[in-house]
Amino acid sequence: MNLPPPLSDFFRAATWRVVSRVLLKAALIFLMLNLLLAWIFPMAALGRVSLYNHLWPGRLRLPYGEDPAKDYNLSLYNIPAMFHSHVLMRPKADDESRVLVIGDSASWGWFLQNKDTLSGRLNAGGYRTASGKRLVFYNLGYPVMSLTKDIVLLDEAMHYQPDMVLWPVTLESFARARQLDHPLLQNNLGRARQYSMDPTDERLPKPSIFARSIVGQRRELANLMRLQTLGLAWAATGIDQDIPADIPLRKTDLADDLSWKDLAKPTPLDDELLAMDVLAAGVARAGGIPVLIVNEPMFISHGKNSDLRYNSFYPRWAYDQYRRLLARAAQTNGWKYLDLWDAIPPEQFTDTPVHLTPAGEQMLADKLGPVVQRAVR
Amino acid sequence: MGLGLETILIFVAFALLYAGLARGRARNWLLFVASIVAVYWLQPWLPLRYADFILPTLTLVLTAGGWWATREAGQRALTGEDWRALGALLGLILLMGMNRFLAPDWRLTPSRPPAPIIVLAVLGLPLLIVAALRPLLRRARRQTVLTGGILAIVAIFAVLKTPALSVAVAAWWRSLVGQNPSLASPVDLRWLGFSYVSFRIIHTLRDRQTGLLPKLGLQEYVTYVIFFPAFIAGPIDRAERFQKDWLGLAQLRGLDAARLSEGGARILTGMFKKFVIADSLALGMALTPDLARQSHSTLALWGLLYGYAFRLYFDFAGYTDIAIGVGIMLGVRLPENFKRPYLKTNITTFWQSWHITLSDWARFYIFSPLSRNLLRRKPRPSTTLIVFIGLMATMLAIGLWHGIGWTFAIWGAWHGLGLFIHKRWSDRTRKWHRNLGKRPWRKRAWTLVAWAITFQFVVLGWVWFMLPTPGLAARTFLRLFGW
Repeated sequence: MNLPPPLSDFFRAATWRVVSRVLLKAALIFLMLNLLLAWIFPMAALGRVSLYNHLWPGRLRLPYGEDPAKDYNLSLYNIPAMFHSHVLMRPKADDESRVLVIGDSASWGWFLQNKDTLSGRLNAGGYRTASGKRLVFYNLGYPVMSLTKDIVLLDEAMHYQPDMVLWPVTLESFARARQLDHPLLQNNLGRARQYSMDPTDERLPKPSIFARSIVGQRRELANLMRLQTLGLAWAATGIDQDIPADIPLRKTDLADDLSWKDLAKPTPLDDELLAMDVLAAGVARAGGIPVLIVNEPMFISHGKNSDLRYNSFYPRWAYDQYRRLLARAAQTNGWKYLDLWDAIPPEQFTDTPVHLTPAGEQMLADKLGPVVQRAVR
Repeated sequence: MGLGLETILIFVAFALLYAGLARGRARNWLLFVASIVAVYWLQPWLPLRYADFILPTLTLVLTAGGWWATREAGQRALTGEDWRALGALLGLILLMGMNRFLAPDWRLTPSRPPAPIIVLAVLGLPLLIVAALRPLLRRARRQTVLTGGILAIVAIFAVLKTPALSVAVAAWWRSLVGQNPSLASPVDLRWLGFSYVSFRIIHTLRDRQTGLLPKLGLQEYVTYVIFFPAFIAGPIDRAERFQKDWLGLAQLRGLDAARLSEGGARILTGMFKKFVIADSLALGMALTPDLARQSHSTLALWGLLYGYAFRLYFDFAGYTDIAIGVGIMLGVRLPENFKRPYLKTNITTFWQSWHITLSDWARFYIFSPLSRNLLRRKPRPSTTLIVFIGLMATMLAIGLWHGIGWTFAIWGAWHGLGLFIHKRWSDRTRKWHRNLGKRPWRKRAWTLVAWAITFQFVVLGWVWFMLPTPGLAARTFLRLFGW
């Protein structure tokens, strides 16, 4: 088979004149390609190029992974790429009614196999609408506690013909000061800005030309490729998270501490502190389709200092206020709302106050399934 | 410090400074000194106390011992150049030991070296052993001494590559330095570069026995054995070929555009193969022991196996390109190690194009002497049996060089058997094959089939090569065929 000679052979008789011309041309081409990428910025289009749902099966939850070699998954911030790796991208079947399950790591299924996540358990329930359509639940949770993140993902998901949105939330996601902290939002500022109540927020800078160039985007470009290569391991194993054999348990004995986020002592919570308006914007983004907001179950400790705090996340004063405010907002705005804060027994929580065991997820699914069945059109 | 991006950049910077500033014999000295320093600098940190200093030191001691054993018969006294090289070698070892007194960020050694007295003991102990054995060595025939040297290297090699033995040695070492012996593991004795160093030393010892080895000075010999671009991952150069370049270093043009750009292009090619292709395949597309256990799809398992085959090739060929490229920049043209092996149409040509320098080494020092020995036996075994024994022994040795265990032995036997079957096949079909040339279409079709069979055979062999236990390898192998 005749193949071209190696690149190095070209230089065997090169002079400095030839070498300098090659280097100059290479530098110019590299500079032009960088400027071209910064100008066109085709990252979203590149994100849509995917082997998933074609060569590899679509992923059952959005890509997230801290150790790609073990998780067969990775965290990247290209939202079209994240969605194009997801099974949601399959064409919608005629007898299918799509329910998007958004939310935080509890929805995504931290330390849970796909079959044991909330979406997995709901799918296993085999629910159907009144008209006989199959209810298919799509896990669009993402392990970041921010309503702005939820709404950014919902905004993208709305392109894929949903029939209902199931939106489990918890107080952590409402903290206004933390809405934009995560790199997923920092890398999607255009989308985040759309739903941020303050577009002049200092945390929403416009990216520089350098940041938009190949050099600036090198990590994201590499991650796009890695997401595709990891698809083979996903296809072979169905694993997208390395789940340790021994999961460390959440704290039962709590610190003598009344603080929540930046608030050191009990303080009245209001719209300045809680992003209730982002939740409203999310419901509005869903348009005409039903949205079921669920105050997600949490671990309620009976250990040391449990008179001060419910768990390591929440002091009682903050969480009780939050529940009242959320219930009032739901009633005022006419939202479909379900408060399941204490619906799951404490022993069904794993490493954090909101992560459930497979049995806990089943209990939650048993409570939510019939409600969703009634709510979906 | 492994052969990462930072190391490669430092190699290139060194090569440019060497080309720009060094002149005449200074080039030889610079390569000699840089190679000695690199032995310490490239050695990764080891959990076993002082091991990451003592093992590189032993590399140098063994190399110097190899030179001493391979001097020509009449060559008794050291030349002035040899004395200077020996002084520089000992001085550099002691200087590296002085890293003990530097802050961690300034050290060239991976951890704090032992106290100077221990360094002196490590250097002195081999001399004492040689002195003690001197009466015996004087009486012994030179051939016996050289054979003893080869056996000693093979014995060290066997200890390092046999997990049970290396753990036992590590546990003993731990007990000497006050560490918990129960924590001993094969990683404790990760002796960087020893595999390649041992091949080069055995080559010189054996070639001295057969009278093929040219006369080599200490400086030249040490640089040949531990030449830093090829220290970690080869290729395995031959001393007489290295000597030609070594003697020509003084006449090299300094900033030669052709040499530097050819070397630079080769390094870039290698970096692309290693860091772009191989590392991308490594993440989720190449079979690993975990993936072999976790995979439940036959089709995906095949995909992972092919991914592993290409990852292995691009990783190793990439490292080789980098080593060759740096060598070219320095004026030493290392031998090629890969020539498009996955495009070959039979297993014999595959082994002539995959890790070529290892295959050549095994042919010179295992296959040929063993075959010659069998041919001289009375009664002479049949030619078929000689070929079978020669190929199996050679490939088993290549397999066990990667690690002493059943999986590597099976991998070696797999290829030994493949080579034997191909030899028999090509002997019997020579006429038919010649006639194929008259029918181009049929020849093309046969070439395609032959390539597919060869590639598939090699890829299936990797199952035994990469999986850690015969049980897992056998289960994976059967699952590839749906069992």
